[in-house]
Amino acid sequence: MDAASSSSANDMMVMDYGDEPHVLAVDDNLIDRKLIEKLLKNFSCRVTTAENGLRALEYLGLGDNQQTSHKASVSKVNLIITDYCMPGMTGYELLKRVKQSSILKEVPVVIMSSENIPTRINKCLEEGAQMFMLKPLKQSDVKKLRCYLKHRS
Amino acid sequence: MDGVVQLQRQLLDYTTQLFQEGFLNDQFTQLQQLQDETNPDFVVEVVSLFFEDSERLLNELANTLDQQSIDFRKVDSHVHQLKGSSSSIGAQRVQNVCIAFRNFCDAQNTEGCLKCLQQVKNEYALVKNKLETLFQLEQQILAAGGSIPM
Repeated sequence: MDAASSSSANDMMVMDYGDEPHVLAVDDNLIDRKLIEKLLKNFSCRVTTAENGLRALEYLGLGDNQQTSHKASVSKVNLIITDYCMPGMTGYELLKRVKQSSILKEVPVVIMSSENIPTRINKCLEEGAQMFMLKPLKQSDVKKLRCYLKHRS
Repeated sequence: MDGVVQLQRQLLDYTTQLFQEGFLNDQFTQLQQLQDETNPDFVVEVVSLFFEDSERLLNELANTLDQQSIDFRKVDSHVHQLKGSSSSIGAQRVQNVCIAFRNFCDAQNTEGCLKCLQQVKNEYALVKNKLETLFQLEQQILAAGGSIPM
């Protein structure tokens, strides 16, 4: 699944980063960030981590104080994986912001949580989350993400 | 080379015991499986982060529960963090106490919370000691020219 389907000069510049899929992992827990990073790197992903929703949005170019320049026509990332329970902005709120963005709405978002709450899961899936995963994450979980991590071509 | 074989056996026995006694669970094995040549100290690094983070959280918990008027949402937030980290590294007994701890937070039960704090401190100290012993055994094996059995 391609995040960027148009082929403009700007797309070519972004794709020079290499063939590796680029994942943004958002989690307020330091240990979990380290774990998810290693899990993804072991599957040949380039990983950027963020410790909360606001930082994630800033990285993606959706921060409140950022102006969308014409350079931000494609997403920097192929996948966003975020914890649900975070102080400030929850993973659900982050999901909504991503889905509201014309640039990022095609980027698959996966939500993680340590709690198995059906209403929570349904809410996220209805808002457009690709998948919901229970923590702690294992290698077999990350394997399931591979279909979302196709190289940009 | 006999020495190395002995040490390797010791490590395997020790690790098995830790699993049987419930100190560690399969998530710890997951961590070990993630370790590779590109990151040969991965397990030690993650566990060290866990130690630092847990000690910080335990101090915060002690402070928060020491107040005249206890902010149970703050207590719960810290316990939630500790539950998350312990779960991510496979420190099962610590994780289990955190579950009970959160129930006492929900009920705003001060005595229950204080008891859990003591329990979680104990379990943390135990698993820290066990993991440090495990890492020391690994170091001895490596120093003697052997490799870590999986």
